[in-house]
Amino acid sequence: MSILANEKTRLLVQGFTGREGTFHAGQCMAYGTDIAGGVTPGKGGTTHLERPVFDTVSQAVRETGANASVIFVPPAYAAEAIMEAADAGIALIVCITEGIPALDMVKAWAFLAQHNARLIGPNCPGIISPGKTKIGIMPAHIHKPGNVGVVSRSGTLTYEAVGQLTNLGLGQSTCIGIGGDPIIGTNHTDAVRLFQEDPETHAIVMIGEIGGDAEEKAAAYIKDHVSKPVVGFIAGQTAPPGRRMGHAGAIISGSSGKASDKMEAMRQAGITVCATPAEIGEKVKQRLGL
Amino acid sequence: MKIHEYQAKAILAHYGVPVPKGKVAFSVEEAEAAAKELGGSVVVKAQIHAGGRGKGGGVKLARTADEAAGIARKMLGMTLVTPQTGPQGRVVKRLLVEETLPIDRELYLGVVLDRALGRCVLMASSEGGMDIEEVAAHSPEKILKEAIVPGLGLTGFQARKLAFGMGLPAAAVNGAVAAMTALMSAYEAMDASLAEINPFILTKDGRTVALDAKINLDDNALFRHKDLIELRDLNEEDPLEVEASMFNLNYIKLDGNIACMVNGAGLAMATMDIIKYAGGSPANFLDVGGGANAEQIRNAFRILLADLHVKAVLINIFGGILRCDTLAAGVVAAARELNVQTPVVIRMEGTNVDQGRQILAESGLNFTVAAGMKDAAEKVVRLAQ
Repeated sequence: MSILANEKTRLLVQGFTGREGTFHAGQCMAYGTDIAGGVTPGKGGTTHLERPVFDTVSQAVRETGANASVIFVPPAYAAEAIMEAADAGIALIVCITEGIPALDMVKAWAFLAQHNARLIGPNCPGIISPGKTKIGIMPAHIHKPGNVGVVSRSGTLTYEAVGQLTNLGLGQSTCIGIGGDPIIGTNHTDAVRLFQEDPETHAIVMIGEIGGDAEEKAAAYIKDHVSKPVVGFIAGQTAPPGRRMGHAGAIISGSSGKASDKMEAMRQAGITVCATPAEIGEKVKQRLGL
Repeated sequence: MKIHEYQAKAILAHYGVPVPKGKVAFSVEEAEAAAKELGGSVVVKAQIHAGGRGKGGGVKLARTADEAAGIARKMLGMTLVTPQTGPQGRVVKRLLVEETLPIDRELYLGVVLDRALGRCVLMASSEGGMDIEEVAAHSPEKILKEAIVPGLGLTGFQARKLAFGMGLPAAAVNGAVAAMTALMSAYEAMDASLAEINPFILTKDGRTVALDAKINLDDNALFRHKDLIELRDLNEEDPLEVEASMFNLNYIKLDGNIACMVNGAGLAMATMDIIKYAGGSPANFLDVGGGANAEQIRNAFRILLADLHVKAVLINIFGGILRCDTLAAGVVAAARELNVQTPVVIRMEGTNVDQGRQILAESGLNFTVAAGMKDAAEKVVRLAQ
């Protein structure tokens, strides 16, 4: 098994005909992802990458039976795109777009609360269940099917961890990049809960960074509800306070959001906390007793 | 993006938040004229993008326009050091000259984005005039919060809960409610990421006024606020950071001597961390992004090396979309063009890594190639010594 995305996932691409959408949809198809079609307003009725293009998401859902959507729409229109997907009944919405205004996401969040949809991202690499489906921009070849679940706020730092796991022969059940923005659809706790419930996931890697308290909340959840081994890392131990470190959500505000507090909360919860990202793979191997 | 107090107050006043009468001054003459116009008794406030100005001597009272001119003469051009500026301080180039008001009580108002709720939250406290972090640490019950329903805005009853909760006398509540409503409207209209009025005062004659104001804007929303972009003050930013921003490079200067160039924000932070762990000290944060091209890599190199403290450079790339061969070709071209003499350690992984390593090896340039992040950090720390 895997979580959220598998071989039954039938995907739409919003922003299908743009440069990013075209390139990454092609990469996903090459991996074997079932792409049903795409949406670009005004280009409905045409064909792109041998798939149908629709004007609206609801029309695309009606005609293809798609159940997931990946969004490559520019930041000014991306929150709209999320809402349109939810309105059309899409169950899994993955928003790759970086740079969405925070108050647009506040509106999208309120809208999602009234719909039966799960959002991953925005500002994320997406989700991959190796060997089954890839919905996002991660390099496919570093992944390998297996039993480690990975959840992270970062893109390339996730690749770093996945690369180490694969090199050690440890495959992954599902890897989710939840995104570097302050307001995101799926948080660490959500992902960890799903990994705990997934029989095919035997260990969990949780990668966080400075800003907010999502890692502390996930640690509290893990302490009470998670029986599987969890290995963690927090980026930004040397980040200066008050500065936004690349990601919109990566900022120490006053006394909150510090790496040291997150690491301490994770240790208290029985998580193996790595001092450096170079040891994530090794620690997982140890915790699995391999 | 940060803006100055006088800019924040002008915006708040536009939306209907009462602020003291005041004028910005760029010279002693302007400060003196402003003080005269305001009746002589004024407060002179240094305008820098950092708090704690009073403690550093950046806020002074004057009884006459002459006195105000004297204060302005000392303050303009002075290096103001506050707990938030760091030891190097900031040079004062602008002043705000304001009328003085008879203060009865100092309160607090603030708007932030609550990540967990996914909503904006208006906070109010009876304990104004001090660091709100301290209030939160010692008496959290004195910070009142109301979450704002998107599309609905701040409702009257929420504002009244806060106003009465802060202990305002009934006669002042309507004024405070109007000020809070205006503050929330301003926050939403300009896509702020933080708005703080500290202190929000009750005057002896029963009015509520924003005596100070701090507003940060959401960088992601600036594309729809051309008027607000003009409020950016480049004097308040590090020159290298300003230059990097022109090339869409995410660069933050730090005080160490090992420069780093990384793709992705999380990996860039983790690279700084591992340099520290190996016994070194990072000179910067730099995320070149997922789609960096040769020109961006050249500019990134130039900016890194413009920092004279830099003794060695670590390039750490996990190639996904950015292929290792593209990166290696860019690095080789930049190193040749800029005649780089500083030791460079390169760690690459991911797409086309073998071709990338070959390009580096055949370049004839003195690069040190590392096998993983740990190896890279240890090597660069050794070279920086």
